[in-house]
Amino acid sequence: MDFWISQLFNGVSYGALLFLLAGGLSLIFGMMRIVNMTHGSYYLLGGYVALTVIWRTGSFALAVVLGALTISLVGIAEWNAFLKRLSGQELGQVLTTMGFALIFQDLALVLWGGDPYTISVPAALSGSLVVGQLYFPVYRIFIVVVAVAVALVLWLTLEWTRIGAMIRATVDDPEMARGVGINVYLISMMVFALGATLAALAGVVAGGFVGVYPGADFEILPYAFVVVIVGGMGSLKGALIGSLMVGLLDNFGKALFPELSYFTLFAPMAAILAVRPTGLFGRA
Amino acid sequence: MLEVRDIHTYYGDSHVLQGVSLSMSRGQVVGILGRNGMGKTTLIRSIIGFTSPRRGRVVFKDRDITAWPSNRAVALGLGLVPQGRRVFPSLTVMENLEVAVKADRGPWTVPRVLELFPRLRERGAHRAGKLSGGEQQMLAIARALMTNPELLLMDEPTEGLAPLLVREVGRVIQSLKAEGLSILLVEQNLPLALRVADHVHVLSRGRVVHSSAPDALWRNEEIKARYLGL
Ligand SMILES: Nc1ncnc2c1ncn2[C@@H]1O[C@H](COP(=O)(O)OP(=O)(O)OP(=O)(O)O)[C@@H](O)[C@H]1O
Ligand SMILES: [Mg+2]
Repeated sequence: MDFWISQLFNGVSYGALLFLLAGGLSLIFGMMRIVNMTHGSYYLLGGYVALTVIWRTGSFALAVVLGALTISLVGIAEWNAFLKRLSGQELGQVLTTMGFALIFQDLALVLWGGDPYTISVPAALSGSLVVGQLYFPVYRIFIVVVAVAVALVLWLTLEWTRIGAMIRATVDDPEMARGVGINVYLISMMVFALGATLAALAGVVAGGFVGVYPGADFEILPYAFVVVIVGGMGSLKGALIGSLMVGLLDNFGKALFPELSYFTLFAPMAAILAVRPTGLFGRA
Repeated sequence: MLEVRDIHTYYGDSHVLQGVSLSMSRGQVVGILGRNGMGKTTLIRSIIGFTSPRRGRVVFKDRDITAWPSNRAVALGLGLVPQGRRVFPSLTVMENLEVAVKADRGPWTVPRVLELFPRLRERGAHRAGKLSGGEQQMLAIARALMTNPELLLMDEPTEGLAPLLVREVGRVIQSLKAEGLSILLVEQNLPLALRVADHVHVLSRGRVVHSSAPDALWRNEEIKARYLGL
């Protein structure tokens, strides 16, 4: 029983991390149809920037804020300089964003070297909550809380504000959104920046949990894409449920059938897509 | 207020509008007629900026808007009721009205458009995708009015509607005209178009092949037979 509860908890907290990464990716996908291979790089760079801030200042809070902000600027620059010109050209987008991903990977190697690091977390977030025989790391609880807060703010914004309705209108029909006066360029840029910020936030948070190391970007990117595809492009609810599913499947798969863990992750995904090709909450 | 000067519009290599010119002045209702596939929607798309013409000019309120993004054209005072309604299906009726960018140059507000379309008020919290075709058409018109346009582009607003609803849309167009709104109306319903328009153009294969007052077209059996299939 204890085994199941602690694995459940691990799966949920990994799902929470995935949601931070994939929520923005899904919105970007759904709204701009951009297949953003650079999304993993924002995660990696966010972690590294935070690492540097911690080394210099010792402040975890400042590291979170600066890591996320810096990467949002990187995202805005990439979008403005390249991606907004490539709307509708999938191949061009994939090649461009893949190119950036490789550049950022090398840049990170040059600036931070090849050693793995862990972001040191404040004392209040370390240690474990002990319930009977069970240990729940406080930091993992913190990740779940952050993800729930982010999901709540995103949901409230999307569903209950005018700007949220404009974003949904743009997901529904970008051309017609322009036709009622919505500045789709500006909104797309904001959503792109938001996605980059959340990915960086995920990277910072993950830095205190799985660490920051070369290759982390391309290691986590497939998970984020699986979440988006299974949950349905552009659906926040889909990203949330998809993240939880992937987090749990990955965790239980690795714990129960370590040699089959990719199979236990991807087989259910394939089954879902066979039944619902647009994902759980996607629209055609 | 609108001048279209010799525009050529393409989809890829296909040369759809082959030199269309027309002009209209403030307060006018101009009808665009023509059979299926003759380029009426392409003309509307060229004016609003969905598919910019490769050659020629679109001048609105003395500004050359040919290559402007649509949202800028809307900000300047164009409004669009597109073919096929294109309401935002996942938004509620209210949200469809609220996302339209309001300009404070005109009289239209949410309460005022709901007065014009009382049925939309009852449906306010419904998803627009769940409305009937007639209700979606009303919503598409209401949404365009929310931007307080000075020139409204309407692309086949009665397409696929039951006769009763066709008459209701006709009444709405009449009342907008009476308020002094300029309207460029694409319409295949000839009696309706001839009733509300001050001037009509007939399009065929991407060119204007006939322009006249509505009654002159009504009497011109040759043009009607050749270009309108009547
Ligand atoms: N997106 C597109 N890509 C390629 N060709 C198109 C596209 N849209 C329209 N066409 C072609 O351009 C021509 C003009 O089409 P358009 O939609 O302007 O006609 P229309 O007069 O509005 O017709 P209808 O009365 O059926 O709405 C047609 O031959 C059509 O097949
Ligand atoms: Mg048409």
